[in-house]
Amino acid sequence: MARLSIAGAAPASFEGGGSLLELFGDFFKQLYDTTGWNFVIFYDQVEWDRFIAAIWTTIKLIIACLIFSVIVGVVGAWAQGAKSKLLRYGMAGYIQFFRNTPPFVQILFFYFVLGNLTPSYDAGGYQEAYIGSFGWAVISLGFFAGAFNTEIFRSGIEAVPESTQEAASALGYTRLQSYIYVVFPLAFRVCLPALNNNLVNLLKTTTLAYGIAVPEMMYTANQVWSDNVNVPEMMIILFIFYVGLVAILVWGMHRWEKSMKIPGYG
Amino acid sequence: MSDAKKTNGWTPRQPMVSIKDVHKSFGDLEVLKGVSLDVMKGECICIIGPSGSGKSTLIRCVNALNDIQKGSILVEGQEVNDPDLDKLELRKKVGMVFQQYNLFPHKTAIENIMMAPITVLKQDKDEVAEHAASLIRKVRLGGKENSYPGELSGGQQQRVAIARSLAMNPDVMLFDEVTAALDPETVKEVLVTIQDLAEEGMTCILVTHEMGFANEVANHIYFTDLGVIVEHGPPKTFFKKAKDPRTKEFLSQIL
Ligand SMILES: Nc1ncnc2c1ncn2[C@@H]1O[C@H](COP(=O)(O)OP(=O)(O)O)[C@@H](O)[C@H]1O
Ligand SMILES: [Mg+2]
Repeated sequence: MARLSIAGAAPASFEGGGSLLELFGDFFKQLYDTTGWNFVIFYDQVEWDRFIAAIWTTIKLIIACLIFSVIVGVVGAWAQGAKSKLLRYGMAGYIQFFRNTPPFVQILFFYFVLGNLTPSYDAGGYQEAYIGSFGWAVISLGFFAGAFNTEIFRSGIEAVPESTQEAASALGYTRLQSYIYVVFPLAFRVCLPALNNNLVNLLKTTTLAYGIAVPEMMYTANQVWSDNVNVPEMMIILFIFYVGLVAILVWGMHRWEKSMKIPGYG
Repeated sequence: MSDAKKTNGWTPRQPMVSIKDVHKSFGDLEVLKGVSLDVMKGECICIIGPSGSGKSTLIRCVNALNDIQKGSILVEGQEVNDPDLDKLELRKKVGMVFQQYNLFPHKTAIENIMMAPITVLKQDKDEVAEHAASLIRKVRLGGKENSYPGELSGGQQQRVAIARSLAMNPDVMLFDEVTAALDPETVKEVLVTIQDLAEEGMTCILVTHEMGFANEVANHIYFTDLGVIVEHGPPKTFFKKAKDPRTKEFLSQIL
């Protein structure tokens, strides 16, 4: 495998902050020299820094999307049961739109169409948008997964017996109080497995943010292999990285599920 | 605490619950066809009658779980059949216990009792805890504070449900066939709890099939059939001198 572009750049500047690189940098450099397998991110300081930055961006992106999509789901499921017809039809339209169009198209639409319509501010000579590509990725992916979460929570809410809500009403709970203290905690337990699935999907779907140049892992891998022509190596890294993230998420969700298990119920 | 409730000029000399000519339909099905009855403070009345005669519907109208099409229900002077009804105010006054207990399964016994006073009445947590502890002793469930409903027997769950309702300091309690889902051996423990309450002067409206209990505890018995009150009277005359053939037939089947 040939090495292009930054072949001339300092291959390994190990000083300062690169202690991990010091540890295995030589090994990967040697691996490349002897076998041609080019894990450039593990011996080149510049690429390593890019890789680490991508890890953080990806994790932040995932966490922000997960939280936002769950909030959308909770509020959405509540709005679906609201008295206002307008609210209910609005929710139905929202869900149909986001479920039946490709998330990649959605993310491009949000960034390029809505992004152009939202205000920007003067950042010293050029116009900077209040919401950048990261923000639009969170909004569009959050709404995308939120549409599914809304349906998931709604099915959970429907599984809570009417009589349990009636007991809350009889005790003077308002609809909102009954939702917060009784219906939702019960519904949530019912729909955790389905929520789990959807959040794993969302985690994987965050890779679409590369389409609007959010410097997350997919985007960065793409840059690295463009510069170094090491597509197979970066693919391996990508697969391992996402398998690892999914494993962590699933593990966390299972622990959560277990901790919420009620003795003698369900 | 119950002194703070709005009474609209109501005094304890007037009926605590006054139901007048109540009509209630579900779609085309008329379930209540003009029901009237009064309950004085401290009284315990029992409603009996065949299944489907509208007993549950009637008592669910008292705390506005069902709305009514015609007639009037006054609870301590507050009109329930009013589009601007303050439901919270009404439900502070009226407690209800259901056939299926309907406890909150994700909360322990003591949490079930404490939740509403804290959430709905915004009472101080420590005071509520103290009150809840005394209520759980009152329903004879000391030691079961931290059990979840799923870990309790039906009779125990029902007593938690009674304590949960009492935690709101209601002035009237509604009981809808609260022993109908219980094993025969646990029926008694729940009835004893209710009897204690009645003897302490709690105003009670009970739907029940426990005739022996009704005979002992009720001040007045109402027999309903097909959405009307067919016959009523104090237990002595009601059980011995029922006149209406429908009442006689019902009593002969159940006794
Ligand atoms: N929510 C409802 N919708 C439609 N019909 C109902 C509803 N609740 C009760 N009914 C009908 O009203 C009648 C009286 O029911 P109910 O008050 O539960 O009787 P009871 O408690 O005396 O057995 C029954 O025919 C029942 O099917
Ligand atoms: Mg009934």
